[in-house]
Amino acid sequence: MELVNIKINGIPLSVQKDFTILEAARQAGIRIPTLCYLKGINEIGACRMCVVEVKGARSLVASCVYPVSEGMEVQTNTQKIHDSRKKTLELILSTHKRECLSCVRSGNCELQKLCRDYGIEDERHYEGTMPEPYYDSSTGVIVRDNSKCILCRRCVAACAQQQGIGVIGVNDRGFDTHIGCAFDKPLAAVPCVSCGQCIVACPTGALHEKDDTGLVWEALADPSKYVIVNTAPSIRVTLGECFGMPVGTNVKGKMVAALRRIGFRKVFDTDFAADLTIVEEATELIHRIQNGGTLPLITSCSPGWIKYCEYYCPELIKHLSTCKSPQQMFGAVTKTWFAQKEGIDPEDVFVVSIMPCTAKKFESRRDEESASGYPDVDVALTTRELGHMIERAGIDFIRLPDEEFDRPLGDSTGAGAIFGATGGVMEAALRTAAEMLMKKPLTKLDYREVRGTQGVKEADYQIAGLTLKVAAVSGLANAKKILEQIKTGQSEYQFVEIMACPGGCVNGGGQPIQPADVRNTTDLAGTRAKALYEEDRSLPLRKSHENPAVKVLYQDLLEYPGSETAHEILHTSYEKRQKY
Amino acid sequence: MKKGKTNIVFQGTKEQEEQLLDFISRWKGEKGALMPILQKAQSIYGYLPIEVEEMIAEELNLSLEEVYGVVSFYSQFTLNPKGKYAISVCMGTACYVKGAQLILDELSKKLGIKPGGITPDGKYSLDATRCLGACGLAPVMVINGQVYGKLKVEDLDKILQKYN
Repeated sequence: MELVNIKINGIPLSVQKDFTILEAARQAGIRIPTLCYLKGINEIGACRMCVVEVKGARSLVASCVYPVSEGMEVQTNTQKIHDSRKKTLELILSTHKRECLSCVRSGNCELQKLCRDYGIEDERHYEGTMPEPYYDSSTGVIVRDNSKCILCRRCVAACAQQQGIGVIGVNDRGFDTHIGCAFDKPLAAVPCVSCGQCIVACPTGALHEKDDTGLVWEALADPSKYVIVNTAPSIRVTLGECFGMPVGTNVKGKMVAALRRIGFRKVFDTDFAADLTIVEEATELIHRIQNGGTLPLITSCSPGWIKYCEYYCPELIKHLSTCKSPQQMFGAVTKTWFAQKEGIDPEDVFVVSIMPCTAKKFESRRDEESASGYPDVDVALTTRELGHMIERAGIDFIRLPDEEFDRPLGDSTGAGAIFGATGGVMEAALRTAAEMLMKKPLTKLDYREVRGTQGVKEADYQIAGLTLKVAAVSGLANAKKILEQIKTGQSEYQFVEIMACPGGCVNGGGQPIQPADVRNTTDLAGTRAKALYEEDRSLPLRKSHENPAVKVLYQDLLEYPGSETAHEILHTSYEKRQKY
Repeated sequence: MKKGKTNIVFQGTKEQEEQLLDFISRWKGEKGALMPILQKAQSIYGYLPIEVEEMIAEELNLSLEEVYGVVSFYSQFTLNPKGKYAISVCMGTACYVKGAQLILDELSKKLGIKPGGITPDGKYSLDATRCLGACGLAPVMVINGQVYGKLKVEDLDKILQKYN
């Protein structure tokens, strides 16, 4: 790559020719503040926070989009620049609903941090007419509060570029410009899949999940309720970020300890249900291959993907695995088998799941999923909501001792753990399917070709005389290409894993929000996933069908994988949805 | 100004749809096709309701919001059909100075619609326009091509009675 010589703040640098000033500065360890910039998806120079002085330029330039050139001299830290950035912040504040004391993003808001950094003392400097406030909680999952929106368009980019959906965009113009849906319909009336990628892209409190922690506190305070919690595979490697721990720290033991201290009667592991999902799904895969069923089989763990399929490609519903997701299987087993074993009325069992995902809130409310006659899951919380609960409970998270999950539904394997990363469900299913087909223990457990954070991963595997062609896809924009092949009959795959969020659940819309400068410079999904693969390697059991609790469940109740009872409790159906 | 949304039931015909689809097929795949297609659609239907925008989004493989974002941005596009009687109040400088805002506000009150809107029966539509070039008659309004000048708020009832 060709290099050019430039100077930033007097420091001589040799940088790639295709760099922007912002990228060059990063390489030199100089931080330039940004608000609207999201690497790769939102490089539009709109917010003017990243302005710098370039020698010879007529005015300040936006460093996020300004390319470097030979001999360029840049200043990033002058009085003129400070004044400009300060004015920009004051103007943003003039239409910003400043309820920073109680705002969900207080302490984690990029605007708040910049106002503090730039010493904005007079918040009301330009106060005047306010835009019409718009608050949309219609989905009961994602809340949009335009009174805190700074029009950076990061959510729009996440929805349109990353996910290929584009249900939110920029409407009207001038002072009336606002982020909204087509014809300003509420989010519930447009084909939003509830993935929550808009939330993790938002620098302020303009987008957040519907806070359901109140329902959980209420249940915990109700002596007639038997409150059970389960945590998704990825939560153990992201929850630490809520307490300032480095990205990719596995806090499983502390997480279990914290949940017990909050007051949950049983602290179980969704990994158990992930293992159960694999046993059912591998059986379904083999059945479809051997009986000429619809192929490829597509995974059904990601509720964002399921909703996408129902809205945008209902003709592919027959490809979806009928297996409920691990969250729903967990709830179904808890309210049937576990409740019966413990002699509790399922009506009194209150299942809370901690999920990396906002779409899980939607999934928990699907009518067709209530095996015991009551909803399988009562409340689905995001990682962030659990973080808030731990704070409120006054738990010193960092200093907690490590504790173990309760049994039996806390039993898990390495195969369940890697569900949290793209390709993990595929790998777990292959381990089990291979043993089912070969009828002897598998020696090589790692399917490395389907690991990693690339959007589409493909591989061919020879298993017991069968050639299995598979793909693992994450990010809905990436899924579009594969889905198009399946629609037109050009696909040769037998098995496809689709996760709605880029990188899988570790990068889900319910995960701790990292500010843009961390997001732009860290491989969040990859670093978090690495911790899951380490967990997989460290566990004595790494194949789902070896999970002791899963074995007992089949002996006690389900008989065998794919049995009639298994179908009643663990499988579901999907419906075509009208877009508008 | 925010664009008012229509409350008139869509009455597009098969012929109009064919005309639009034919036009789209000629532009499909070209960069920047959305603008000419929207202009054509508005010339066919007179406005751009959700039914028409959905058709365009579907054909161009865009999200409906992407189409709506463009429609709501440009002042040349309207979300409302014109009424049987289309009223335009000039808001050019001369008319504005001579009290056009009072005329517009009064009409808005009498008809129960905002500028850019249409009455539910489809009878009257109300628009605020730029300079109509009749500054000597300020303030001015136009109803279906007929110009009314030197307007006073008190005149409005009498004028509206002619359009019943």
